Amino acid sequence: MIKKTIIVQNKLGLHARPAAMVVGEASRFGSEIHLNKDGLEVNAKSIMGVMMLAAEMGSQIIITANGEDEKLAIQALEILFASKFDEE
Amino acid sequence: MAEKNLVLKGVPVSPGIAIGSAFLLHRDELQVEEEEIAGEQVASEVEKFKRAIQQTKEELFGIRRRVARNLGEEQGRIFDVQLLMLDDVMTIDQTITAIQERRRNAEFIFWENLQKAISTIESSDQVFFRERASDIRDLGRRVLHNLLGIKQLTVAGIQSEVVVVSQDLSPTDTAQMHRRNILGFATDMGARTSHAAIMARSLEIPGVVGLKDATLQVKHGETIILDGTKGTMVVAPDKRVLEHYRGEQQKYLQWSSSMAALKDLPAKTLDGYSIQLAANIEFPDEADSALDHGATGIGLYRTEFLYLSRADLPTEEEQYEAYSAIAERMLPDAVTIRTFDLGGDKFSMYLKGQPEANPFLGRRAIRVCLDCPDIFKVQLAAILRASANGNLKILFPMISGVEQLRQAKEIVSQVQEELKARGFSYDAKIPVGVMIEVPSAVMVADSLAREADFFSIGTNDLIQYTLAVDRGNEQVAELFDPFHPGVLKLIQQVVQAGHRASIPVAICGELCAEPLAAMLLLGLGLDEFSMSSISIPQIKKVIRSVTMDEARAVAAHVLEMETSQQIKTYLMEQSRRLYPDFLPVDVV
Repeated sequence: MIKKTIIVQNKLGLHARPAAMVVGEASRFGSEIHLNKDGLEVNAKSIMGVMMLAAEMGSQIIITANGEDEKLAIQALEILFASKFDEE
Repeated sequence: MAEKNLVLKGVPVSPGIAIGSAFLLHRDELQVEEEEIAGEQVASEVEKFKRAIQQTKEELFGIRRRVARNLGEEQGRIFDVQLLMLDDVMTIDQTITAIQERRRNAEFIFWENLQKAISTIESSDQVFFRERASDIRDLGRRVLHNLLGIKQLTVAGIQSEVVVVSQDLSPTDTAQMHRRNILGFATDMGARTSHAAIMARSLEIPGVVGLKDATLQVKHGETIILDGTKGTMVVAPDKRVLEHYRGEQQKYLQWSSSMAALKDLPAKTLDGYSIQLAANIEFPDEADSALDHGATGIGLYRTEFLYLSRADLPTEEEQYEAYSAIAERMLPDAVTIRTFDLGGDKFSMYLKGQPEANPFLGRRAIRVCLDCPDIFKVQLAAILRASANGNLKILFPMISGVEQLRQAKEIVSQVQEELKARGFSYDAKIPVGVMIEVPSAVMVADSLAREADFFSIGTNDLIQYTLAVDRGNEQVAELFDPFHPGVLKLIQQVVQAGHRASIPVAICGELCAEPLAAMLLLGLGLDEFSMSSISIPQIKKVIRSVTMDEARAVAAHVLEMETSQQIKTYLMEQSRRLYPDFLPVDVV
């Protein structure tokens, strides 16, 4: 299992469209992927879960991935968050 | 049924009189009981759940299609996130697993599951996220109805002619309506710009919003009268009241059909002086209604709705399509697109800011545009690209000084350069105008006129800022007075400054839809009036009944008067003299 801490950088936070993008990206991998914000842990492959985080700009999120492609999964999500979801 | 003659007061948003039985649209929370299920029933319980999800998906697809068709693709996208949730591991897979493991009924498990998500999201301190919770609740209710086999008492089921009474109306509600059966809308909440108001105007049926507790005062099926001109609702009227309103209804219908006859006649004074009568719109599909009422152009296309009630920002492509559609539809007439006027009473979800004690004096309109150039540029790029397909103009809201105009124009040129580099064509001479709605802009109108291609006076805000009156505040709303001599003098100054610089001056507030004001505004020299489509015929009628000389004389006389009461009395006398057959209708 690997862990990575990232910061939400886009202005609007993880609202519906970025949340859907996170789910889409996470779902490409076989690993179990979870996001944890302030102790609330959700399945990264669930739109409902990701929206429950209500993660605004500046939130700190711990991504954990567990499975064969865990390394690739974490990398992909890191890139997605860093791209600010093409918002700006 | 008992006669009550109970009169409720609200905000009139669409004129006319509706008499019919009330259709009360409830939003009660559903009761979900916890039930244990036998082991052999688990499989069928899961099947039942899957069927309900499938049924909900089909319903949502249908609604999404209808909304997209009627209100545009961007409004249809509101439903995309709800659709995604119906494929979600947490909503679906977890519910199924829990039904199997805990042997409880599907509706109980599902609702419990959803409540968890809703309460977590609701505890967020961000308004934007909290609003998503209501989307989830809406979705949950829909699924539960299908699970429980309850026919939702939705507007879709309306068979006879009714007046819809509800707390508020969502696009989901209106998209399902059989429009022929709806006589009018009455809502507890809302303002002129709420969805119910816009729909009522576009369907041309009476609408009253802000009735506060109408849903508590009216019983389902009770006879009500809705007066969308005065903003009142009479619950359970007696015979005498009913007869009175039937007469009023007849008068209104006769008057409105006489107005419809004016559609193709030019807006010309008796001595041949032409005026542009344009429409104010908020959705692209309102262009049809504008043309039906004889509008020669769109004088104000409010773009906020592209940004509101949705989760993300509208893309350049999406906006380009919306603006192009309207530009093409209105050709050869012009469409004035106002850049987004967010802030104030229009809450933006993502342009997050500090809570403000005085939002109308705060971060809104051009201030937000200049503050968030990235978002502003996307809109400008879309408008400029669409300008290749029609006759477009750009209008900046709430400019208070010449620096803001320069900054905004500088951003326009940057975007033009960028588009050139990207290989897009656009109208290089696209007119760029200033919305005059802050008193300081009037004082520096000469400087603004040197750098703008046109002016458009926004009377609602100009009155609010000039008289320092918040008309939403009932304690001072009476002071909100369009005929205040101070306001009229400001309008005169703007026209004079514009004409000294040879640029046209338009007016686009509710004032110009008022028959009493039309002759005066004509006499003040305004070149274009822009208003709700439905008001165009009556204003055209006024213009066609007077000469420019008469109008100028009236304006000159009014500008010498000292009180608004004197002015209104005088204008009323003049209206009676010049167009005696005219039925005056209150401000709509």
